[in-house]
Amino acid sequence: MSAPTVAGDLRASVRGYLESAAPEAEVRRIAETPSGSDPAVWARLADLGLTGLGVPEDFGGAGAGFAELGVVLEELGRSLLPAPFFSTAVLGVQALLLSGDAAAQAEYLPQVAEGRLRVAVGTVGASTVAAVPGSRGWLLDGLADGVLDGATADLVLVFAAADDGPALFAVPADAAGLSRTPLRTLDLTRRQARVELHATPAVLVGSAGDGGRVAAALLDRALAALAAEQVGGAQRVLEMAVEYARTRYQFGRSIGSFQAVKHRCADMLIDVERARVAADAALAAVDTSAADLPVAARVAGTFCGEAYFAAAASNIQVHGGIGFTWEHPAHLYYRRAKSSQLLFGSPGEHREELMRQLGH
Amino acid sequence: MVQPSADESLDGFRARVRAWFAENVQLTGGVKDESFDAVDVARRFQAALFDARLAGLTWPAEYGGQGLTTAHQLAFNEAAEPYVVPTMPLLIGLGMCAPTLLEKGTQEQREEHLARMLRGDEVWCQLFSEPGAGSDVAGLRTRAVRDGDDWVVTGQKVWTSGAHYSDYGLLLARTNPDVPKHLGLTMFVVDMRAPGVTIRPLRQITGGSGFNEVFFDDVHVPGDAVVGEVDRGWQAAVTTLMNERVSIGAGGGGLGRRLGGGEFAALADLARRRGGLADPVLRQSLASVFVEERLLELLSSRIREDVRAGRTPGPQGSVAKLAGAQLARHAAEVGLEVLGSGGAAWESDDADAERWTQALLGAPGNAIAGGTPEIMKNILGERVLGLPREPAVDRDVPFRELRVGGGRS
Ligand SMILES: Cc1cc2nc3c(=O)[nH]c(=O)nc-3n(C[C@H](O)[C@H](O)[C@H](O)COP(=O)(O)OP(=O)(O)OC[C@H]3O[C@@H](n4cnc5c(N)ncnc54)[C@H](O)[C@@H]3O)c2cc1C
Repeated sequence: MSAPTVAGDLRASVRGYLESAAPEAEVRRIAETPSGSDPAVWARLADLGLTGLGVPEDFGGAGAGFAELGVVLEELGRSLLPAPFFSTAVLGVQALLLSGDAAAQAEYLPQVAEGRLRVAVGTVGASTVAAVPGSRGWLLDGLADGVLDGATADLVLVFAAADDGPALFAVPADAAGLSRTPLRTLDLTRRQARVELHATPAVLVGSAGDGGRVAAALLDRALAALAAEQVGGAQRVLEMAVEYARTRYQFGRSIGSFQAVKHRCADMLIDVERARVAADAALAAVDTSAADLPVAARVAGTFCGEAYFAAAASNIQVHGGIGFTWEHPAHLYYRRAKSSQLLFGSPGEHREELMRQLGH
Repeated sequence: MVQPSADESLDGFRARVRAWFAENVQLTGGVKDESFDAVDVARRFQAALFDARLAGLTWPAEYGGQGLTTAHQLAFNEAAEPYVVPTMPLLIGLGMCAPTLLEKGTQEQREEHLARMLRGDEVWCQLFSEPGAGSDVAGLRTRAVRDGDDWVVTGQKVWTSGAHYSDYGLLLARTNPDVPKHLGLTMFVVDMRAPGVTIRPLRQITGGSGFNEVFFDDVHVPGDAVVGEVDRGWQAAVTTLMNERVSIGAGGGGLGRRLGGGEFAALADLARRRGGLADPVLRQSLASVFVEERLLELLSSRIREDVRAGRTPGPQGSVAKLAGAQLARHAAEVGLEVLGSGGAAWESDDADAERWTQALLGAPGNAIAGGTPEIMKNILGERVLGLPREPAVDRDVPFRELRVGGGRS
């Protein structure tokens, strides 16, 4: 079986699941629960083999690469199903893999694959955590802000500054001195938390001083993965806008027959098509360990976020008044689009880093 | 309270306005719109303004206005500049409905309502849009049928801002479905508390409920509530819509506009407090917000001068409407740029994040309300630039044969 077919099958099965089990009403129901998540959904994703999609087969996962992860992320981006897939199955799994820590991988990854462990990662930039060696292991102090699904995770991975440089640490949810505050979020379908650590015991993951490398590689992968999710959302709002433009009548004609609306939709398509190639290239660069991954990730990171937000805003405009209502799904995407643009550094920072990567 | 004297000079007037604002400053600021409270604050503010003989400066004296000159209005605006005027809930009435009554209403309607509107005793809303008729408002379906001298209204309106706190509404209804759509409409004044009127709030993407669905079930409207002529409602509606653009873009004679505390000032302050004022990219963004805002102010004051001089505002109404929506969106995006990840997630006491995320969420509404950008550009292209109109399928056909509404996504 050729790779595209595998990806095609995966897409069909994930979309089939999401369309039947997670229609908009269900997405809204979960988003409005106090924790913003539903353990039953996570268990179901585990049954489908999705929580362990990127987990190596040795640890009970599917051993899939970013091409396949990208497919699932696109579908989740379409659906907006609140589930800790991005935090756990992408950031958590990849941080553990990048750390090269065989013991940590053996301990945590099988549990992720089985759907028993949800992992949140305090990415660099938004965290100011310091690590000091205590009498019985490491102790962490500081805070990590804007941690995706941070309040509901069973395990928190954080980057912390130690004497030998930055390092990755694992903190179980019940660790002493760990407090997690759910934050108000622009995005209603993905929660974030502030994680605070006060002399919190933690386990070093990987080697001391290696955190900078892990964080940088994780950021590249996070940008590639996020781009796929953004493409899925952008594609969905494009479809929504086109369907409405076809079926909404004003002045005795379908509004899509007005060139202004038609061109608005075409502009969305132009952006979505370019976002898709950008995301695919970044995902492929991860899978092939391409030297230009940092560049591909930033091309995707800047373009896909902007394209998605523009498309989500356009979708509201095509819908007119109804698009400005809470009941219509358009705003859920508008919120996700802007929020995801702010997740792993600003577009400005990505552009600056891009220039650096290009040697300028 | 400082009272005007018969021969008050312009300088004396200016001083009186300043003194009044200084004295009543506790009424300004910290006002949230969309709630019942906000309306109360607006009513009280407007009543105080009226009683101080500072409301409706250029309106004719016979309808409660002051009959003063444009120079007085400009002096007033200048003196009021530092204050946040809490009269947003009255904007539709004062900026759109009142000018329509002035131009198209009967003598009785003007006498009954204008002074009361000006004093904030009557709050009004605009009952034009329907589920099937927004940009194409002339495609509306709400029927008004004769019943002796009176009318009986049946149908549904939607997106009616402020219907839930309004006393009256300016209703556009179909009185003749057998003629082309523009020729069978009539405008009415309706009492929002009349039997058969049901108002249901709609939640906006901001989370607030500023607009509503309004249902009319056999609502009796007296014959003398017709504004203008029967079946000539479109002409009256055009008056309202022209004033709407001016109101939204230029801030209805300085009454609804958020005087003082502009977007640029707020953003610069935000960047100073949260960091980023030294970032060259952000500085560029801030500067461009300043330029946009300055241009809108210049445009607005030109429009207001025209209005006061009795000239019908030209294309600037649509230009200002477009520019205002663009500025709102741009400023919100820059706000989130300053906040960075703090604009995606924040602690509940973070007023900055609340303000700028609300601005971002409200921005699409600014663009849609009062005519979408596409409609504004059609108006500019066709009516101002004289470019040929698109071939129309709906102009010479009886209304009943038209396809309206629909839409699913
Ligand atoms: C916050 C808010 C407050 C409002 N308050 C009021 C109020 O108080 N009273 C009231 O009566 N109404 C009110 N409205 C309604 C507003 O006037 C309409 O939403 C607006 O006119 C658009 O109509 P629609 O929603 O039916 O969209 P549609 O007219 O269906 O438009 C859908 C899309 O088609 C495009 N389109 C339509 N016709 C054309 C064309 N000929 N050429 C090119 N593109 C076209 C539009 O630009 C838009 O992108 C409010 C709306 C909002 C969002």
